[in-house]
Amino acid sequence: MTFFLSHFNYFAVAVLMMAGLFIVFSSGNLIKRTIGLAIFQTATGLFYISLGKVTGGTAPIVVEPGSAEARELASRLDPAYLAQHGVDGVVYSNPLPSVLILTAIVVGVATLAVGLAIAVRIREAYGSVEADEIEVLSRVESTQPGPRA
Amino acid sequence: MIAEPTFFDVNLAIDIVLLVMLLVVAGAIVRTRSLLTAIILFGIYSLVSAVWLVVMDAPDVAFTEAVVGAGISTIVLLGAILLTRGEAERGDWRRLIAPALVCVTVGGVLIYAATGLPALGDASSPVNAYVGRAYLEAAPNDIGVPNTVTAVLASYRGFDTFGEVVVIFAAGVGVALMLGFGPRASLAPPPQVMGDHHVVLRVAAKLLIPLIALYALYVQFHGDLGAGGGFQAGVIMAAAVILHALVFGLRETMAAVTPKVARSVASLGVLLYAGVGVVCMMNGGLFLDYDYLFPPHIEKEIPGWLLGGPESAHHWGQHFGIMLIELGVLLTVAATMVTIFYGFAGRSVDDAQREAKR
Amino acid sequence: MADVLAWIGGGFVVVGVALSVLGAVGVLRFPDVYTRIHAASITDTGGASLVLLGLCLISGFSLITLKLALIWAFVMLTAPVAANALANAAFGSGHKPRIGAFQIVRTDERRKTPRGTDAT
Repeated sequence: MTFFLSHFNYFAVAVLMMAGLFIVFSSGNLIKRTIGLAIFQTATGLFYISLGKVTGGTAPIVVEPGSAEARELASRLDPAYLAQHGVDGVVYSNPLPSVLILTAIVVGVATLAVGLAIAVRIREAYGSVEADEIEVLSRVESTQPGPRA
Repeated sequence: MIAEPTFFDVNLAIDIVLLVMLLVVAGAIVRTRSLLTAIILFGIYSLVSAVWLVVMDAPDVAFTEAVVGAGISTIVLLGAILLTRGEAERGDWRRLIAPALVCVTVGGVLIYAATGLPALGDASSPVNAYVGRAYLEAAPNDIGVPNTVTAVLASYRGFDTFGEVVVIFAAGVGVALMLGFGPRASLAPPPQVMGDHHVVLRVAAKLLIPLIALYALYVQFHGDLGAGGGFQAGVIMAAAVILHALVFGLRETMAAVTPKVARSVASLGVLLYAGVGVVCMMNGGLFLDYDYLFPPHIEKEIPGWLLGGPESAHHWGQHFGIMLIELGVLLTVAATMVTIFYGFAGRSVDDAQREAKR
Repeated sequence: MADVLAWIGGGFVVVGVALSVLGAVGVLRFPDVYTRIHAASITDTGGASLVLLGLCLISGFSLITLKLALIWAFVMLTAPVAANALANAAFGSGHKPRIGAFQIVRTDERRKTPRGTDAT
């Protein structure tokens, strides 16, 4: 049971990723697929941040060693734990996953916008955003010669 | 007061509750056919993730997720369904079998792999005990910035961040090329007297937009000391512009922040970032090595007491370098988000006018 | 003294959370768009105000109190405006308020019941 609780984050992230992937595979609508992809992306972000969490840690913003804040944070923890894992008397969570996911989120929304722009242009060209209909329409179109307006 | 870190504590309980909420929302998004519902649920998903991220000691990421997920993502998605369709087609249930099998299999493999991962919060895991800890120990001496995330993002891994900024700029260019820089037809001027029932929104927006812009600047410059930085500030600034467009009309906003200005500012941001790197190279260091931002004869002039002692005089280059590149990030991200919004909004104006003429 | 204040603050937080949950229950149970908007706005104004007040009492008098007061001012400014905009949008797209005796309908019938009598 302890094992399940301590690894629940990873299981939940796996299920979320699969939910996003399922939307991408099963939905024919291009825009819904983009939303599924976005869910997948944020789920991987959640995975990274789960890895970086340290029990008893605080956000990786370094406080002045010896200040009241540092003492208050240190008072909550076992001294042996603090000595082993603390940096200048305070235990911090890992800053590295935050760095990676921060930029990934903003890049994610930019690429989401590009994907949606492509979907809008497809709609204007073929009249539909359903993948099945587009396939049929593009096959019909390729058998008919002539310039496209 | 906990004497030692245990697992049966409040943090873990909150974490599990929030993850269960995320699972429920994701399940609802899978099941719904209406795209508007899916978009609103996705906004809720982002907000719940933002709360979860605060619990996981990642306030910078929570900041970004809240602004991006609940703000820009929702706007761009709504713009897209305005231009296409609001409902997905009902699919045959037989086509769901293969995707479901694939997802269950892959999910099973992932869960099996997850059993080998370190427990949540393990301070001696390979992730937390080596590189992460090294950054925490080295950053106050090398860079002198309290927020370690900003230190790593802007200085230790500044080149990665440069790549990300260029990707965002390229995405803005891509959307502008596909959807245009704004409405092609000229926009009709807004009616002289707008309907009385919008007056509350107008007054509140007039009060809020300058405050939002000010807050964006606060987040930008406070990013060294607390949570914040260029990415968050850029998105908040873009949100202010988009709010203006939603309340007062696209024509007013495009007169205030013209598409040309948006494009120029985006390029200026990337140029500023690259320029800082090149200046460092010209002064004898590597690309984006802020210790060489100032030539030695200028660094000698800086009074030692300004930064707390002669040994931390080299922090001056780091502080200035970080400030300049964060400014570049702010400019590019804000301008790109505004360009993307103009693309979608302009297209729907063109659409509406074409429909009206027909 | 600080301990007593912290306990009172905790009480406020609990009441605020209860109000938020009640707001959520109202959104699910109320029959009409406008009544649901009213229920949702309880979460924003009543719930958020009490939680922020509780947090102020718990954290003592410091910079944090000022930041919480600013958050409260911002929420008070934006939440009612959001409710107004929502109600405006609902009215503009044709939802008429349900006037008359409130009938409890089964959830699967909710979609089939008509939008209600005209307000005028």
